[in-house]
Amino acid sequence: MTAGTGNIVAPLPFPTAARRELADGQLRANLRRATHTIRDKRLRVVGEVPDWEALRRSGAAIKDDVLARLPELLEQFEAAATAAGATVHWARDSAEACAVVTELVRRTGSTEVVKVKSMATQEIGLNEALAEAGIAAVETDLAELIVQLADDTPSHILVPAIHYNRRQIRDIFASRMPGVDLDALTDDPPALAEAARRHLRAKFLGAKVAISGANFAIAETGTLAVVESEGNGRMCLTLPETLISVVGVEKLLPTFRDLEVFLQLLPRSSTGERMNPYTSLWTGVTAGDGPQTMHIVLVDNGRTETLADPVGRQALRCIRCSACLNVCPVYERVGGHAYGSVYPGPIGAILSPQLTGPDSGANRTLPYASTLCGACFDACPVRIDIPEVLVHLRQRGVDARRGRPSAERTAMRALSWTMRDRRRYAAALRAARRGAAPLRLVTGRRGQVRRLPWPLSAWTASRDAPLPASQTFRDWWAGRERTSEKEAGGW
Amino acid sequence: MVTVPSSAREEILARIRAVRPSGPVPVPRDYRTAPASDTPMNLFQPEPHGAHTPRPTLRSVGPQGEVEKGSMGTPADGELVELLVDRLVDYRATVRRCGPRQVPEALAELLGEVPTVVVPGPAPAEWLSAYLGRIRRDGDPDPLTVADLDAPGVAVVTGCAVAIAQTGTLLLDGGPDQGRRLLSLVPDRHLCVVRATQVAGGVPEALARLADPTRPITLVSGPSATSDIELDRVEGVHGPRRLDVLVVTD
Repeated sequence: MTAGTGNIVAPLPFPTAARRELADGQLRANLRRATHTIRDKRLRVVGEVPDWEALRRSGAAIKDDVLARLPELLEQFEAAATAAGATVHWARDSAEACAVVTELVRRTGSTEVVKVKSMATQEIGLNEALAEAGIAAVETDLAELIVQLADDTPSHILVPAIHYNRRQIRDIFASRMPGVDLDALTDDPPALAEAARRHLRAKFLGAKVAISGANFAIAETGTLAVVESEGNGRMCLTLPETLISVVGVEKLLPTFRDLEVFLQLLPRSSTGERMNPYTSLWTGVTAGDGPQTMHIVLVDNGRTETLADPVGRQALRCIRCSACLNVCPVYERVGGHAYGSVYPGPIGAILSPQLTGPDSGANRTLPYASTLCGACFDACPVRIDIPEVLVHLRQRGVDARRGRPSAERTAMRALSWTMRDRRRYAAALRAARRGAAPLRLVTGRRGQVRRLPWPLSAWTASRDAPLPASQTFRDWWAGRERTSEKEAGGW
Repeated sequence: MVTVPSSAREEILARIRAVRPSGPVPVPRDYRTAPASDTPMNLFQPEPHGAHTPRPTLRSVGPQGEVEKGSMGTPADGELVELLVDRLVDYRATVRRCGPRQVPEALAELLGEVPTVVVPGPAPAEWLSAYLGRIRRDGDPDPLTVADLDAPGVAVVTGCAVAIAQTGTLLLDGGPDQGRRLLSLVPDRHLCVVRATQVAGGVPEALARLADPTRPITLVSGPSATSDIELDRVEGVHGPRRLDVLVVTD
């Protein structure tokens, strides 16, 4: 099996990266505002749908069915898309996918391509690969454009520039957007959208090649679907001569009818709208309408590795709505960059380490980036039990290291020996109380220690340590019985 | 062929065959495929938690994608139209209603001072019979260019294949009165004519009414918009910044 590669490898352990991000107060304020706005919108429009739970169950089952029948469905999709005039290519990993796309663009003679926002192309690092080949990739989604102009990386699946507020975006446009009209550029969102419209209009109207991803690929008909808001997707999918769509193998749906489920689940979960402004569905090439050359690149990049894990494979149901990011208390505070992958948040914490395998970069630390509160599971439109997979991946990580020395495991073994016997346990508690008695004089009524010496400093670095209670429950219970006997005698 | 090792396809398929779950997965479909029959008002109001409505059957569809009257268990077309209008307005589309004979006057009034109007070649001639500006038909004689469509002051008038009441969505599938996809994309203003019989309740009914899913299909819900700045919705980015809908009722 081949592990996935590309922009899905965390360069730093999550705690290190999270600490760096947490130092930015502006970032936390921006994230809090944005995630709370979208959370409330999502709850409102999901509440309008009386059969939401039935839709979620259908969505999960359809995706599970896809995973069970993947080879047949891929062959069916390939045959249908080919019959409709598309050319289908296959890529085992990100390098192969980038090579295929680069060669396809090179053959058109174009040195500039327009791009529809796509997680698959972010994942495989396509823009970087094209740049190396001397091909400029112009991101046309507003948030992607902001990130590209700022020379930054995305921090959210749906809104890659969620970490910037309107004033910061205004400053990026003012300093980085060629030919921007500074007089008209305020930090008012409509003015910023207008600036992006002007900037990209000429690119759209002159582009010869476009690159997209796809939200869904229909096996039955060979149809691809792109769900979007701004119309940049429609521009890219309609105006150029050549269209190249990069699609993960798990994006399939068996039948066209299945869209009736996902076109209800996705917009409400993603942008909190009843329906996103534009959805495009196209099948191969249509004479006289849209690109006349159509390529589809089917990408594995670690998906088969993920499919091999009976618990973890449910992550492949993901439709990239980002609802789990918006409800996550960890994401809300650290933001997307802390996860070091184009897939941040709860879904990223289970997807990135599975796509790459746990030994890639610091990806093994990602399953710990959670409090296991379960809000992500409740929000997920395809019922991915993210907490279950997080615990499973943590367990896999521990199992892989059994037999190697570990301070934590030694401590846990000692604790286990102590707690296995009642007398040993009571003696240990008594010893702890006696040991803590002098400390109690120092800490006073607070009963908390702020800083302990090494190695216990690892605990107190980010939390207070409570002192042992002055009396155990057993002691209190025994004392209470003696007291009540006396009282009963007195009556 | 591009220089892909020919084994990529075989290798990926073989890997998947080796590791995928075995056995088919039954797919429950007990979500609604038509609006509930009893009270049309529950389209507006979510049901009390736990309420269960038996799944009604799909409406039967006529040869033109129109609903045959008298099929069971659906709210009257009038209620669906009300819901569609409510949802369109909510997403900042301009909505007008008229009877079948007032279409030319209603369109002329909506278009007002617009200097140039584009229509698909085979669009009904009567639509613009009361409009006084310049009319350009796509493909009559030549296909319009992107520059024609991007010129200032151009509006486009199209029909649609189906509309979805619950989401305020118009589905265009390249039918004769809709034309090529770029017609409804490049001009800054899009006027769409919707007949009451084209209004479906929800997403499942609407998709089922499409004549051919392999035609290029565009779902339009309001004018173009973005939520990319602080996740707040702003109307008007790359698609038409203004969407007018003319609902033709009997």
